Amino acid sequence: MLLIPCPFCGEREESEFHQGGEAHIERPKNPDKLSDAEWADYLFLRDNKKGLYLERWVHRHGCRRWFNVARDTATNEIKTVYKMGAKPPRGLTKGRAK
Amino acid sequence: MSQVNRLPDGGRIDRDQSLAFTFNGRRLTGYAGDTVASALLANGVRIVGRSFKYHRPRGIVGAGPEEPNALLQLETGGRALPNQQATRVELYDGLSADSVNCWPGPDFDLMSGIGLFHRLTPAGFYYKTFMWPASFWKYYEHVIRRAAGLGRAPTAPDPDHYDKMNAHCDVLVVGGGPAGLAAAAAAAASGARVILADDQPELGGRLLSERAEIDGGPAMDWAAAAEAAIAGTEDAIVLKRTTAFGYYDHNFVGLIEQRGAILPDGGDRSRQRIWRVRAKQVVLATGAIERPLIFADNDRPGVMLAGAVRSYVNRYGVAPGKRVAVFTNNDDAYRTALDLADAGVAVAVAAVVDVRHDPSGDLVTQAMARGIEIVDGAAVTGVQGSRGVRGIEVMGLNEAGDGVTGAARDIECDVICSSGGWNPAIHLHSHAGGKATFDAERGIFLPGETLQAATSAGAAAGTFDLAGCVDGGAEAGKAAAAQAGYKKSPRRKNPKIATEDEAPLRLIWTVPTTAPTGRRGKHFLDQAHDVTAADVQLAAREGYRSIEHAKRYTTLGMAPDQGKTGNIPGMAVLGQALGVDNVGDVGTTTFRPPFTPVTLGALAGRDVGPLMDPVRMTPIHHWHELAGCTWEDVGQWKRPWYYPKDGEDMHTAVSRECKAVRDAVGILDASTLGKIDIQGPDAAEFLNRVYTNAWTKLGNGRCRYGLMLGEDGMIMDDGVTTRLADDHFVMTTTTGNAASVLEWLEEWLQTEWPELKVFCTSVTEQWANATICGPRARDLLAECTDIALDAESFPFMSMQDATVAGIPARIFRISFTGELSYEINVPASCGLSLWTALINAGDKYGITPYGTETMHVLRAEKGYIIVGQETDGTTTPQDLGMDWIVSAKKDFIGRRSFAREDNQRDDRKQLVGLLTDDPSTVLPEGAQITETRLERPPPGSTVPMIGHVTSSYHSPNLGRSFALALVKRGRERIGENVYLPLDGGVARAEVTGPVFVDPEGSRIDG
Repeated sequence: MLLIPCPFCGEREESEFHQGGEAHIERPKNPDKLSDAEWADYLFLRDNKKGLYLERWVHRHGCRRWFNVARDTATNEIKTVYKMGAKPPRGLTKGRAK
Repeated sequence: MSQVNRLPDGGRIDRDQSLAFTFNGRRLTGYAGDTVASALLANGVRIVGRSFKYHRPRGIVGAGPEEPNALLQLETGGRALPNQQATRVELYDGLSADSVNCWPGPDFDLMSGIGLFHRLTPAGFYYKTFMWPASFWKYYEHVIRRAAGLGRAPTAPDPDHYDKMNAHCDVLVVGGGPAGLAAAAAAAASGARVILADDQPELGGRLLSERAEIDGGPAMDWAAAAEAAIAGTEDAIVLKRTTAFGYYDHNFVGLIEQRGAILPDGGDRSRQRIWRVRAKQVVLATGAIERPLIFADNDRPGVMLAGAVRSYVNRYGVAPGKRVAVFTNNDDAYRTALDLADAGVAVAVAAVVDVRHDPSGDLVTQAMARGIEIVDGAAVTGVQGSRGVRGIEVMGLNEAGDGVTGAARDIECDVICSSGGWNPAIHLHSHAGGKATFDAERGIFLPGETLQAATSAGAAAGTFDLAGCVDGGAEAGKAAAAQAGYKKSPRRKNPKIATEDEAPLRLIWTVPTTAPTGRRGKHFLDQAHDVTAADVQLAAREGYRSIEHAKRYTTLGMAPDQGKTGNIPGMAVLGQALGVDNVGDVGTTTFRPPFTPVTLGALAGRDVGPLMDPVRMTPIHHWHELAGCTWEDVGQWKRPWYYPKDGEDMHTAVSRECKAVRDAVGILDASTLGKIDIQGPDAAEFLNRVYTNAWTKLGNGRCRYGLMLGEDGMIMDDGVTTRLADDHFVMTTTTGNAASVLEWLEEWLQTEWPELKVFCTSVTEQWANATICGPRARDLLAECTDIALDAESFPFMSMQDATVAGIPARIFRISFTGELSYEINVPASCGLSLWTALINAGDKYGITPYGTETMHVLRAEKGYIIVGQETDGTTTPQDLGMDWIVSAKKDFIGRRSFAREDNQRDDRKQLVGLLTDDPSTVLPEGAQITETRLERPPPGSTVPMIGHVTSSYHSPNLGRSFALALVKRGRERIGENVYLPLDGGVARAEVTGPVFVDPEGSRIDG
């Protein structure tokens, strides 16, 4: 049971939240320009990394706000949280595996 | 005296409180302070059950959670608890317990013949024997389950209740032994908020079982003083009878508390409660678990752990036998010999058999001084007595420890105290991702690096001497408090504790006999699952290299005791069989919660019965109840299903309701429909993006049906949305999807399109909705409102504000039945008034309340879909023939996916209607559809399925059955026949269009 620091409410139990998958995947501005493979990459393919992972969470049973979490998937350590639209803090890079 | 093994004095039991209990129907007595195990031993009960696979007689081995054999079925009926370790159940008056794995009883068991065929039941025998032919498994399973049964489930609802507690603290100390007490006392003295949890009814841990001294007095006096100091600290919580069963991420620890020795008597007290503790720091003072020596026939009743025997003597005043032998590889077991020797005339020490040559520690010297015979450099090579130890065979052990020498000698004894050293209990440390490091010298795993804010102290950290435990515990407690922010700690005085000098142990993992392992007697590693050293060696020969695989193959350590005694020896045996020099290199299996079994009742807590899930009721609920409706659960909502009149069955009631709607007027409580209020200057643009059709040009007061897709192009939800003003819409969703649709909208607004100025608010519960529907609906509404209702003034798919029966209302002219229909929305508090006004005014039109079943029939007659029924997450609008609602001029969520190859397949399933040859056949929903008639497919063949039935009803308006179905190339097949293999034979049906009633839509205006 993680203890997640919601940027709006403070530390709360994981059961109040819902994980929303990998962060910083922007919806393509012009989907028609994409090949099927590129579209499928946006639609289905996500990193499954051991180590630092940037992911989205929503405080479903709290403020209902979405935010980003930098979490180590091996240790579950939460390095930091930051708001939607913000860039990941310095030193935390995404490094997408292809 | 019936308690034949009870010592005349001593122990921490209360001899003034005699307790009666039954074991397998036998009436026995014990004392307050006993466990069931100590009471059974006091009464001379040797055989407590039969083993899992071979049904060998088995006795009590341990004195705590390590016990592999003494599993009991406790109580009966609703309070029945299977697989309770006798060593962990406190005795109470009237307790009833039975053995779990024997029939008719442990002393005479019909299955024990299995042991004679042990060569036929090797490791992995399930996998080898019962795999072929596969179709026979259903016969095997029945027999195997009964033969291997462990316990029986309760037969009635549990009469007790259970609680959950949530707690936060600075320092959680797990274990109330010397290290834990010292740690908790030090942390509390620093000012930290402390929780101390211990599984026993008394704090003291190992001190309860030893004759140790601290500061020149009994060690338990020191423990009592420490407990008083902790309990006297503000905010400290001391939890006894409380086991930490799981250590989870971010210092979250689950505890289970037994709320007393005795069952609750129906009062307010819960039976158990779960503590969910979030701690800033955790000190694990969980102690150590003794491991046995693995010698031939080491499972005979009377072979016990040396430390456990010490517990029975010192704590419970019980000597498990009259003539006791000790078999050891270390000095600690000599304490057992000394304690027994001091226990009086009732018990004698036969000998100490030590695998070491010339043992020399202080305790050995004391034993020699007491005249105890020590057979050194020796091995127990056999046990006499299959139903209870009668003696042992002893031979010399060679230098390498892998063979025996010299002549065999028999020693008469009735109990064997076995000790192979102590393993730190690193289970909790491991639960939370902590690593284990192997100490090759002592053959133990020590807690290594941890991911949590935790430290291990005392025996759990590999410190086995009392002085070291107290000192290490205090240091750990002080450090944990400092880490939690309490840096100032009072000066601490170390208590005076004498320490005996102990010589190192000698690691002998399998005690040899004159024959290869397994040929002369069985060397049991895991008595609970009947796994022997020979089984593990066989697994190694068969190619199992990883302990994780060998464990699953042999089932080593997978019984209720989770291998607390046998796992480490098992790993060592595998390591030796594989030729691995360092046992640590074999690895250790991952410990997972729970440490000891947790009852489902405690996990459920109060979330049972009506409290399991909230029930949502519409404002009109009680009217439906009085009308005698039957209920359908839709998510958490209760919705009227149908309203049977005068003993009608469902079919008759639904037929009557269906006719009433098409012929006169019906009324439906549609308050449960999800309603989302959407406001903001960008609201129309937002709808453009989330719905497949266009919204910007929708006029104020106009309604539009919308389909919502996932980005994969599949249908997610549908509903009608109405424009109330330029910047104000109200969206309806399906009842079950209201919450998820709101979350979906919020996700896109917050994460992808934060620039859109839109707010979404759930207003589902703010509005009640009475829907009147049918050719007389206009006449009825005219009686209750004064707005113009003709089709020109109030056209289909529009909305008007009005007053209905004196209540301000929004009236939507939308229809889910194809009939003239008004959905009247009023503030929820006025819902019941509106409903009763309409019912009263509608009397002369034959108004008929109808439920969800009629609604489903009527909408299906029109070919209207229900999301989740005609769709399943793989259904596109095109599959349903709904291209008309898909805009080609704008982008929206899911649009790009239409072009994906899979969505372009020409054999996709399409929505069609089905009419069976026999008009009375109502096809089962979900029935599979085939192209050709197949009475009985040839064995092993696969039959191509071309689709399935999604909705199926009897229609009183059609006077026959009908169905909707998704069928491959369905639209091309219209007019053709398809087949449906059913239980009673194969049904034939004609494929039709999906609209059965009023395909031209002429009824919509009444």
